[in-house]
Order: sequence, then C-alpha cells, then structure tokens
Amino acid sequence: MTLILKNVTLNVGVNTHIYPSDLELRDTGFNILLGTTLAGKTTLMQIMAGLIKPTTGEIWFGGRNVTGTSVQKRNVSMVHQQFINYPNMNVFENIASPLRVIGMSKAEVTRQVESIAEILKMTPMLGRKPAELSGGQQQRTALARALVKRADLVLLDEPLANLDFKLREELREELPKMFENRGCCVVYATTEPMEALLLGGHTACLNEGRITQFGRTGKIYREPENLKTAQVFSDPPINTAPVTKQDNRIILNDKVNWILDKDLHKMADGPYILGIRPHHILPFETDGKSAQIDGKILVTELSGSESTIHFNMDGLSWVSQASGIHAFDRETINSFYIQTDKCLYFDNNEQLVRA
Amino acid sequence: MQRFKWLVPTLYIIFLMLPIYWLLNMSFKTTNEILGTFSLWPREFTLENYRTIFTDSTWYNGYFNSITYVVLNTVISVTVALPAAYAFSRYRFLGDKHLFFWLLTNRMAPPAVFALPFFQLYSAVGLFDTPLAVALAHALFNIPLAVWILEGFMSGIPRELDDTAYVDGYSFPRFFFKIFIPTIASGIGVTAFFTFMFSWVELLLAKTLTSVAAKPIAATMTKTASTSGYELGLLAAAGVLTIIPGAIVIYFVRNYIAKGFAMGRV
Repeated sequence: MTLILKNVTLNVGVNTHIYPSDLELRDTGFNILLGTTLAGKTTLMQIMAGLIKPTTGEIWFGGRNVTGTSVQKRNVSMVHQQFINYPNMNVFENIASPLRVIGMSKAEVTRQVESIAEILKMTPMLGRKPAELSGGQQQRTALARALVKRADLVLLDEPLANLDFKLREELREELPKMFENRGCCVVYATTEPMEALLLGGHTACLNEGRITQFGRTGKIYREPENLKTAQVFSDPPINTAPVTKQDNRIILNDKVNWILDKDLHKMADGPYILGIRPHHILPFETDGKSAQIDGKILVTELSGSESTIHFNMDGLSWVSQASGIHAFDRETINSFYIQTDKCLYFDNNEQLVRA
Repeated sequence: MQRFKWLVPTLYIIFLMLPIYWLLNMSFKTTNEILGTFSLWPREFTLENYRTIFTDSTWYNGYFNSITYVVLNTVISVTVALPAAYAFSRYRFLGDKHLFFWLLTNRMAPPAVFALPFFQLYSAVGLFDTPLAVALAHALFNIPLAVWILEGFMSGIPRELDDTAYVDGYSFPRFFFKIFIPTIASGIGVTAFFTFMFSWVELLLAKTLTSVAAKPIAATMTKTASTSGYELGLLAAAGVLTIIPGAIVIYFVRNYIAKGFAMGRV
C-alpha cells in the first residue's frame, strides 16, 4: 500500500518542526529518510504512524485518508533507535504482545511467534527477559515484534545506530530480506549516506524540517537537485567553494581555472557554487580531466585501505578521500587534483545547474 | 594497621545497635529490675510485658489503628500520585514546573501548622477520631513526596516505550496497567516505603485527630505514665513492637531503595 503525505506541516508553539512536505512512499523496496540529527526524521515518522497529529495537511494510506485515525487503528509497527522492549515481559511475550492485543488464539500466537523467532535466530532466547539480552538480541526482539504483526506500514527509526559495527553489517544485510514480498510500506530513517546507498530503494533527504529532495536513492546521490541535498547525502561532507563562470571556463581563484564540459557551456556567466565530493579530489594525478590545486595539510586520517585528507586552500577547508595509504605531514603543501568532469554547479538559489 | 581494620566498623555497629539492644533488654525485664539495678541482660526474664500488650484490647487496638491508617494512607498516596507523576513526566502544560515545585513546598511546612485546621475541619464534617482522618491528613505530606519520587522513576523510562505500546495497539489504560506499572514496580515499592514510614512515625497529627476509637499506638504508649508510676518494661515492649512493621517493610524494599538511590530521586 502507498503512503501519501499531502502538504503536511507541524508547528509546536511558535516553532515549525516540519515545513510543508509532500511524499509518496511505495510498498516496493525501502523508503529512506536521510538527514542529520534534528533534521526531523523521527518527528516525520511519528506523524506517519499517527502518534503526532500534523498541524495542517493530510495523510493518505492505501487510498484512505487516515489523518485523524488513531495509531491503534492504523496497523503500523515501529522500531526505535534505543532498544525498546517491555521490560516486564520475556522475549516470547514481547513478540506476542501485538497479537495478544488483537485477541488471536493462543495456539496461533505460539505458532507465529515461533516462526518469527526462527527467522531472527531468537528461538533459544524466548524465555529470557530483555535485560538479559545483548544489544543486538534486544533489537532483534523489537524487529520480531514489528514483523509478527504483519503491519501495512513499518517504520524503522535508525534501528541499527546503537549496534556495534559487525552486528550492524549483519542486520543491514538481513533487513531487506525480512520485509521482502510482505506487501508493506517500509520507511527507514538513517543519518548515514552509506547506509542509504546500501539499502537502495527511494530516499527523501531531510534538512531542518524540510524535504529537500525525494527520488530513487542512486539518482539523488548522483544528481542532487540542490546544495542541501548534496550536503546531507555526502560523507565526508561535500566540498564547496564560490566560483565564477566566464566564457567556457570556471574560475576557482587567480591560479586555478578549467574548461567546462560542453553540455554546460550555455550556463550564464557569473558567480556559482562549486560542489565536489571528497573522492573526486585526489592527492595524485589520474587520466581524465583534472585541475591542480595546492593545499596545506591539516590532518590525515588513515582507515585501513582508505585515506581521508583534510586540507586548507585559500581559507577553504576541504577534504580529499582516496583509496590506498597517503600519509602527509601536517602543515606541508601538497598538490590535489579536482576531477573537473565530476563537479556539480549550483546557482545563487543553491539549485543544481543542469545541461 | 591491616589487623585492626575490623575495629571501626565494629565500633560503629555497636554504637548503632546499642539503643535497640537496650530497648529489647528492657522489654524482657520487670519495671522493678529496670529501676533497681544496672544489668546488661534480664536477670528475671519475663514475657509479662508482651502478654499484657497482646491481651489488653486498649493496647493491641493501638497497633491495629495505626496500621489501618498507615496502610490506608499508603494506598491513597500511591493511587493518587501515579497519574499525577505520569502527567508531570510525560506532558508539558502551562505552569507544570511551578506546580511541581509548589507540591514540594507542602513538605516544608511543619505538620503542626496543619493540626488546628484539620482538627476543626474534621470535627465539623464528622471525620474526627477515624483512621481515614489521619490517613487523609498524612496524604497532604505524602502525596507530594510520592509524586516527586514516582516522577523520577517515570522520567527514567523512555517515552518511546509508550509509543511502542500504542503502535502495538495498546489503549492508554491497558498500556498503563499492563506495561507501565510493572515497569516502574520498583519505584512504586520505594514510594510505598517512604509514605509508609512517614505515616508510621508521624505522631502529632495522629494524636490530635483521634481520641478513643482510632487512637494510634504512640498515643496509647503515653498511658504507661500513670498515677501508679512508670511502667517502663511495658513501654519498652511496646517500643520493640513498634519497630517491627518498619523493619519488615524495609526488608521487602531494600533492593528497590538501592535502585532508587541510583536513579537519583530518593
């Protein structure tokens, strides 16, 4: 079923928490809400669930207007970032609780809980209390409760954020399989661009209570419509700088300029904002088109097979990310190469300039 | 140094236990022995003092009355404080912080201040000399305390637990009784303990608001000083029996109280 938000806003007192938002979330693949903390992901999910009533706007689900319908009547399930289970019940009762509320027969409850526990590898833990489980097992219990209900709308609010790296990888792989072919609309909130790319589907970028862009995850990543989306959907953050277009060249500063791609020649002359992702600035020369810049090294982070180099160039703090180990001494001047065919240009309204 | 590390705790425990031991010691002596000689243990061991208390209805009724109003007060305080504390921990409303502070200020006034208004009011409405009168008077002090302790425990429970329950289909009452109350059971235990203790040891209001029918044990104990002199053995036995209910309650909530201290509210 499809979830549609029509011009939804939320004001609390004089503060606006959600600016007018339109979204159409389908039941195929994951729908990802991507944004930094305090972007409004959780609030938007609470509105979708029916826990918070929007100030204005309508919510349609499966062709029905559910704006005023209480959360209990909506057949929703939700998993939070914190591991939320009922501490007074054991794992079996935790998973069974949504089934008990609708008055399902005992034999059927047992059958369903056991089959879900089997899928999530929780069978040996069914008799334990949540406090006796590890973080990963607690979150599996919460996921099992969300799965067993066969909800039409499943809201996953950063479900992996509090897990350690290994468990996160493991569950991230399992998650899409769990919800496959269930015909439910899955919404997944995350702060990590990498996670959004790995889960695929559609992504809505959120920034300070505004949806900056919604579309296929890969497309949004490659062609962000505006600067905010590019900033949210880039880790480490995208590098930006004011540039000027003159004739068919882009001028970064007195020393550095390059020829624009042919399809962008029609851009009007004047000031623009350049956006270039860290992995498109490399500390070594490659084939392709590139422009050389000089930067003063601030710090180099080596993470196994990748180097993240923070450097300073004419007062701009930029980041370069390259595979391989590139260790530079602090305060030394080094050459970096911008892959000019990968540059994004934004106009004064922070909108992407297209061909 | 190592060899004497037991010394300080031992002295401390002796210091703490001595008055209780002396009370126990006296309760098994006759009044003559107490007044006549100095003895570390009863020379003429007697259970006569206890027998008097358990057979004389003016004595055991005192205990019965005290326990009645203390239990009544504990039940009233916790029942009233639960929804109030939930509101303070979960909702923001106009003046919520001021109201919370005002509740606490009730505890800053000495109980004696309220003795006269309560006495006059209860006499007028016919509540005077009933266990309910004392229970309600103590509720004035205990409800704010209970709200304050429970609010601390409830604020320690993430709001997402409420949301999860609603999403699972629980209605508010069902969530509150089936999930929320069991979750804060230790908080309720601690709250019950503190309200019980306050009501059990409070004397002035309990004495002022009763005469014969609902006379608390502490008031009964004053009759040992009669025209025939002091009955110290009897008084000591009554004292021992007064300590016991508190000790029993402490035994049951001892683990919860530690938890309550850890949560920073007790």
